[in-house]
Amino acid sequence: MKIAISSAGRKADSPMDARFGRAGYFQIFDTDTGEYEVVDNTTGRDAMQGAGVQAGELVASRGVSTLITGHCGPKAFEVLRAAGVKVVLCGGGTVEMAIGKFINGDLKEIAGPDVNSHWG
Amino acid sequence: MRIAFASGKGGTGKTTVAVNLAVSAVRVGLGTAYVDCDVEEPNGHIYLEPEKDLSLPVAVEVPEIDESLCTVCGECGRICEFNAIAVLGDRVMVFPELCHGCGGCFLVCPVDAMKRSGRLVGRVETGVSKIAPCGEDRTAPGGEGEISFVQGILKVKEAMPLPVIREVKKHIPDRDIVIIDCPPGNSCPMVESVRGADRVILVTEPTPFGLNDLEIALKTVREMDIPVDIIMNRCDPDAELPAGAFDDGGARVIARIPESREIAEINSRGGLASLESPEFARIIDKILEKILRAAREARR
Repeated sequence: MKIAISSAGRKADSPMDARFGRAGYFQIFDTDTGEYEVVDNTTGRDAMQGAGVQAGELVASRGVSTLITGHCGPKAFEVLRAAGVKVVLCGGGTVEMAIGKFINGDLKEIAGPDVNSHWG
Repeated sequence: MRIAFASGKGGTGKTTVAVNLAVSAVRVGLGTAYVDCDVEEPNGHIYLEPEKDLSLPVAVEVPEIDESLCTVCGECGRICEFNAIAVLGDRVMVFPELCHGCGGCFLVCPVDAMKRSGRLVGRVETGVSKIAPCGEDRTAPGGEGEISFVQGILKVKEAMPLPVIREVKKHIPDRDIVIIDCPPGNSCPMVESVRGADRVILVTEPTPFGLNDLEIALKTVREMDIPVDIIMNRCDPDAELPAGAFDDGGARVIARIPESREIAEINSRGGLASLESPEFARIIDKILEKILRAAREARR
């Protein structure tokens, strides 16, 4: 299973980015194979609008089944839901801490957006 | 002749000068139109009190996907600059509120799966203002005493004024003088409002914000190759623009409007200062004279 984490940096000990659409990077971790990939989100971060839509499309295109982020707005959520990507929220910490919490079952899936548009 | 009033910074007095100039123009007998392109907050109507005769909806053409035809090839998503289309593995999603109506997706879809649909974004209204009839102390050769009025109104919560501004411009009537009240700022809405004007008048105030934005507005208008003049509002009678940024001789200060509590009070209750204050009327009349003289010189 592939999980994506919104991140401010490229490393496992980089802090998470609480924003989804305007996060700097997505770190994608495959829990089955241990494979690991960093996806640059510069185009989404600097988009004049629709950053969440763009990021949702990007994450879905990588075959991700769960997204770990700080917050998720309505348009991003709509795209992720349509693509079958579950969204779980994590309050902060580093990327590897977030992965650890997720594997331990400490993070909760959300059933809808938790913030309004343009939150980030 | 189209004269656009812009400023950069908001609240410098664009509308005050524009509506009073319309009054001044109609009272000397010019066929006059006032056009409010500040569609996010049009307020010229407060002063001119037009009788409206037309109200038309403005819609943006947005795509709707015909899923029976769509092959999810992704062409529409690639051409969309505004992230209004998300292409997922098995379907395409459209976010109409992000669409700018450029029409690119209709052109690139190879299977004609993009259907044209409309989204209401605002209104254009036209009318006539009879608030400043000719006569009494002034002569009005040929004037009818009516100001033709056009305004655009952007729907609340909409973020894109350009389609409404473009529609407003289509309704500009042919008059001796057309006064275009532009939105503040120096980005697309200002540029679209100014485009096609014969002359731009930048209304500024001698504050750091006012002058900073004036400099940006000047650069913008020059890039568009339109002659430009400056009016300094709420300033000392001998105020000058700071040396440096404005020294290249291209734009001149054609009027200085003094700070005045009387004018502020008239404005604050929606009155037309040039009908109530002879002193203010003289300032506005002089601005009109300079505009007309510049137009005559430009024709030569």
